[in-house]
Amino acid sequence: MKEFRVHRGRMAPLDRDNVDTDQIIPKQFLRRVERSGFGPYLFYDWRRDEPDFVLDRPQHRGASVLVAGINFGCGSSREHAPWAIEDAGYRVVIAPSFADIFLSNCGKVGILAVALREGRVRQLMEIAGEAPETELTVDLERQVVSAPGFESGFEVDPFTRECLLNGWDEVGLTLRHEDAIGAFEARSGAAAKA
Amino acid sequence: MPRTLAGKIWDQHVVRSAPGEPDLLYIDLHLVHEVTSPQAFESLRLNGRRVRRPDLTLATVDHNNPTRGGYRAADEISRRQMDALAANCEWAGIKLYGLGSRRQGIVHVIGPELGLTHPGKTIVCGDSHTSTHGAFGALAFGIGSSEVEHVLATQCLWQRRPRDLAVEVEGELPMGVTAKDLVLGLIAQVGIAAGSGSAVEYRGSTIRGLSMEGRMTVCNMSIEWGARVGMVAPDDTTFAFLEGRQHAPKGPEWEAALDRWRALASDPGAEFAEVLRLDAAALEPFVTWGTNPGQAAPISGRVPEPADETAERALRYMALRPGTALQDIELDRVFIGSCTNARLEDLRVAAQVVRGRHVHPRVRALVVPGSASVKLAAEAEGLDRVFTEAGFEWRDAGCSMCLGMNNDILAPGERCASTSNRNFEGRQGSGGRTHLVSPPMAAAAALAGHLVDVRRL
Repeated sequence: MKEFRVHRGRMAPLDRDNVDTDQIIPKQFLRRVERSGFGPYLFYDWRRDEPDFVLDRPQHRGASVLVAGINFGCGSSREHAPWAIEDAGYRVVIAPSFADIFLSNCGKVGILAVALREGRVRQLMEIAGEAPETELTVDLERQVVSAPGFESGFEVDPFTRECLLNGWDEVGLTLRHEDAIGAFEARSGAAAKA
Repeated sequence: MPRTLAGKIWDQHVVRSAPGEPDLLYIDLHLVHEVTSPQAFESLRLNGRRVRRPDLTLATVDHNNPTRGGYRAADEISRRQMDALAANCEWAGIKLYGLGSRRQGIVHVIGPELGLTHPGKTIVCGDSHTSTHGAFGALAFGIGSSEVEHVLATQCLWQRRPRDLAVEVEGELPMGVTAKDLVLGLIAQVGIAAGSGSAVEYRGSTIRGLSMEGRMTVCNMSIEWGARVGMVAPDDTTFAFLEGRQHAPKGPEWEAALDRWRALASDPGAEFAEVLRLDAAALEPFVTWGTNPGQAAPISGRVPEPADETAERALRYMALRPGTALQDIELDRVFIGSCTNARLEDLRVAAQVVRGRHVHPRVRALVVPGSASVKLAAEAEGLDRVFTEAGFEWRDAGCSMCLGMNNDILAPGERCASTSNRNFEGRQGSGGRTHLVSPPMAAAAALAGHLVDVRRL
């Protein structure tokens, strides 16, 4: 996984609540066996059906911070959703809240999901709309999101933070505890054979 | 200290616990399918790693397979995924129930059917509806592909303890009101994010009175209101379902298992962060009118005035006007299937409505059994003939039109009454419009050609 320390980039405001993973990456694109190449299909139906879809507006091209409404990433567990977001050039998603599985998947993919209060997210949407050239700085080490005239701290799971800061491979990390896993299996008779 | 059911199972599976870290949790059963696993296996191989416990892993094909014509009818990309799964299982020594196997089917249908889903187990799968297995008092949740890889390699996952949430359902379900209506009614009441960060325990007399199939339907839809885990404490209904199944413990082991399983209930006084209550007797058959599962109303109701922009957007997408009676909504398609509602009991109830009647001429209706063995059992009872004589198509097992990864999809603008779990935009086919309902409501809608109250039929 790519390490994540400080990211600076422009925002794309997707002012919608409950964006589900079926919208982020529709199912007809889940049939690839590779992890890459999903970017062109990000929000495929919306891009196709809405000529002025916000992410495609010239002022938001090249944005790398996606700002969205509550409960972002609800629905299916497909990791293809954060893969598509990453492949399309985004490294940060900011929303008032995230669905559990999506949030967990982001951490594994190297995307930082930042939950800010609704009012703060609204402010960012306004900045992105009125001054799209504004660069937002997302500092994971200090846990601060900032832009001229805007600053907000944020909470992040400390383990996810460590993994992102160091670009750790979680499997490698766990395999260091192989003895503990073996001991658990011996102790619990783990488990009944499937 | 009194503990919850989820807490007890959690405690039994902690491999490592250290301050500041999530717990390292052992996984007893890992279910694998063709769509969310290829990248996980690929990454294992690239890193020179092996599958730690192929014996605790089971694979099947369900998400993208055709429901008629078998493997040959699949398009090339779907075949690639199925082939990749077969090759990966061969490489890792994982048991695969592929197309053509009598045990193939939707992962969340075959786990319980084979007797692999036990009370007290930790169960994961790269699919958000893994909460289904919680109906047996298992701690079961959906994961992403990176976590699939992690479980394959280590048989463990790093997890933060979820908060405990209880849903108390009391009272008798009125005639014609099913477990599906119960959970749709619940989601309409609490909203689609109320369960975020939680393990939900469904309790109360109504839940106790549900069959295992009904409990699975309720637990299945936990993720539709944000909860990764939904569970019911095991009881005699659970044990009766499990006894004698292929992978259920046998003989003295069965007796020992019963003793362990009977202890799996939340202790009196166990603390829940929140307790939500639902009155079963006040429920009606529910249908969704919008584009998320919380946008639902009793069938006697009307399309509501949109309360916010999300609802406005939903009505635009669904091409519905506020004030329209839900029963006046005409349909093009009906789908009876999915991990929510495609077990034998679901098909029996739907067949009862259909028997001797005929599908409305405008409607194309599909029955997709949840597994090959559900299909065989239904055919042994003659349910296939009840459906086909009424004008339904009778298909092979798979996820099918629940998510439309195969050829079973809605055309743009088509409207469908569906027993599945998600009515998101384009879920059943780009531009398609979905109304979630119970199996008897879907059957009734197919006959009437519009949404209808099954109790009036």
